[in-house]
Amino acid sequence: MLGEGILKGLAETARNFLGSYVSKDRLTTVQFPEERLPQAEAARNFPFLVYDGSDWQAGLRCVACQICEKECPPKCIFIEKSKDKKPDYMGKPQFYPAVFNIDVSVCMSCQICVEVCPFDAIEMDNAFELSTCDRFGGLLWPKSQLAKSNDYFHQIHPTAASEVDERLAEAKTKADAKTKPLAGAASSTSPQPESASTT
Amino acid sequence: MTSRLTTPVYEEMPEDISDRIDQGELLEIALGPHHPSTHGVFRMDVVLDGERVVKLKPVFGYLHRNHEKIAESASYLASMPYTDRLDYICSLSNNWAYALAVEKLAGLQVPERAEYIRVITAELTRLVNHSATIGFLTQEMGASGTPLMYAFREREKILDLFESLTGSRMMCNYMRFGGCRVELPSGWLEQTKKIVEEFPRFLDEYERLLTGNEIFMARSQGVGVLKKNLAINAGITGPMLRASGVNYDIRKVDKYGIYDRFDFKIPLGEHGDVYDRYMIRMLEMRESLKILNQALRDIPAGPIMDPKAKIRGFRPKPGESYGRIESPKGELGFFLISDGSPNPYRYRVRPPSLINLTVLEDMCRGYSVPDTIVIFGTVDIVLGEVDR
Amino acid sequence: MLEEIKVRIESAVPGCQLEIIPNGSPSGQHSLLLDPPHALEVAKFLRDDPELRLDYCSNVTGVDWLDTEQSPGHLEAVYHLYSMEKKHGPIVLRMRTENRSDKVHLPSVTPIWRSAEFQEREIFDLYGIIFDGHPDLRRIMMWDEFEDHPMRKDYVEPDDYEYEPTPHDHVLTRAKEHVERNPQ
Repeated sequence: MLGEGILKGLAETARNFLGSYVSKDRLTTVQFPEERLPQAEAARNFPFLVYDGSDWQAGLRCVACQICEKECPPKCIFIEKSKDKKPDYMGKPQFYPAVFNIDVSVCMSCQICVEVCPFDAIEMDNAFELSTCDRFGGLLWPKSQLAKSNDYFHQIHPTAASEVDERLAEAKTKADAKTKPLAGAASSTSPQPESASTT
Repeated sequence: MTSRLTTPVYEEMPEDISDRIDQGELLEIALGPHHPSTHGVFRMDVVLDGERVVKLKPVFGYLHRNHEKIAESASYLASMPYTDRLDYICSLSNNWAYALAVEKLAGLQVPERAEYIRVITAELTRLVNHSATIGFLTQEMGASGTPLMYAFREREKILDLFESLTGSRMMCNYMRFGGCRVELPSGWLEQTKKIVEEFPRFLDEYERLLTGNEIFMARSQGVGVLKKNLAINAGITGPMLRASGVNYDIRKVDKYGIYDRFDFKIPLGEHGDVYDRYMIRMLEMRESLKILNQALRDIPAGPIMDPKAKIRGFRPKPGESYGRIESPKGELGFFLISDGSPNPYRYRVRPPSLINLTVLEDMCRGYSVPDTIVIFGTVDIVLGEVDR
Repeated sequence: MLEEIKVRIESAVPGCQLEIIPNGSPSGQHSLLLDPPHALEVAKFLRDDPELRLDYCSNVTGVDWLDTEQSPGHLEAVYHLYSMEKKHGPIVLRMRTENRSDKVHLPSVTPIWRSAEFQEREIFDLYGIIFDGHPDLRRIMMWDEFEDHPMRKDYVEPDDYEYEPTPHDHVLTRAKEHVERNPQ
């Protein structure tokens, strides 16, 4: 019969329309911003710097090794190394970044900086409501805007954060075991740090 | 219902028509680049006789970002996020093609679990791409948005899968040279199995809506015929080639990855018109579901990266390699020349969308302007790939 | 396998000079260097020969080799051929120009494989190789009035082409001065 295909198609459309009142599967509109869908745990938007503890300047994990600056594909990270050192979570004196800027208008959220960082100092945030009226200065984020605490990291990416914490705690216990002067044979392959005290 | 009321008027291109244009007999007009149906910034300079197309010249380059030159000054790993942005709908396929070319160049071995993950993500990308293409095709025929939104509703589920695996819905940046970047999160395989089980129901609904529809058939059968010999000579690949009847699918020819372990068929068309290309895409989605079922059943445990592969300081030996895959749009190939330094000496992308546009004029000559838009929709181009 | 093909081409097309260029990487894709005067006949033989039937030209690439102490610079076009009928490949062909400045003509294979049409236009646009026999050789990616060829290794961007000042430049210098002014 001519028109049979069109009638079958109209039956499909009717089924979808009436079904949207009944089943959640057919009504997929989310009334944003009153309703929000939870973001996936791995979701990423722009990077941020992690600091341990409560003082963001003293607890910043970044040691200004500049590996992320070299590996960044669009070259949106700008780092200036400091002249002096400050102790890191293990007590060893390390450089820190005097200037750490990320140009968010260039950053393409590729996550390569996170992958190559040897100190787990930079991680991906998932905040996306970031609009600003200043097109140039407002999109160049300095260290103060990028530094967020480790508790915040635990909130947004729980599994990744606990994994990083475990790894750092393990490294710390290994380093502590090596600096104990009374323990038997210290391993001869790794060099002893000069100052044994950690406080 | 396959009869067309009018047949194409021009069989060959008339030699010199510029005087007919000057006298006003023919109209030269630009379709695009700001046009809602051109899949991006793309222009077609058409010469019209009334409503019939006499000559058509595609003009592109509006999205040329010089990806190949950027890759010459960046390391091999730094080009990986840029490959996401080539064919921005199927980013995981692009990643795989680039990783394949580099693995051939450097001689890296990919572990089994990583190969299975690559096949699963590539077939999911094929589902994503084909549903978007068919949705946009119906949009161009005038069904303002309804089948498109049904296709996008299914697509959202797969994009949520990609987000929980790689962190981003479209710019995934997931493959690395020698494997995959990160392990599958817990529960991902079960979620994927659920989605793959429910997908055939959507395909059946979609077919009921479109395949027997008289309006759809009248607008697509007999339109934009591409003959087999022209398709082979012009280097067309992908669903367009198979709709013209040529059995060439790189998954079966090259057997890259582990595709020789899966049992799937290659659908072939007979007439090479728009309706065949639509049916080929629907059938390919069903074959992809078969592959997905087999892969999800057989995926082994194990490592996901080659232990010899390096993230930083990757310097392959001097040489060159050409690696290609069957992306949802055709043959996507990467040609790399290395001279021993961390950056490639020459990095070339073989874009399927650009090569498939070679025959746009031959397919559109003699048809009217709305038919041209429909034919153009089945060529299935993405401007990020055409212009790079 | 490439040696056998070379022998067959030499017997079928008399007078051509071919050379096999080895490939250092594990991919094992060695290439065959053609000489421009006989390239069209070799291409026709490769397409029509009943054993090879290389009817699908998949990829045409342009490469720029700068002048070195050992050899003068030249431009190159690399062709990857496959066969849709016999399902084998790839066979890699190369053609070189004589130098980078004035002798940059190469024969076009578009009459034999139509897939080279847009790709040779792109090589003309971005590298400057002029293909003789191409039906419609004009710029494809850049606009028609553009001069110079952007993908060459010695291409210098013009100073006066408009770009939007991004925060890197002057903000970066400001940051550096800030550090110098306030040493910690």
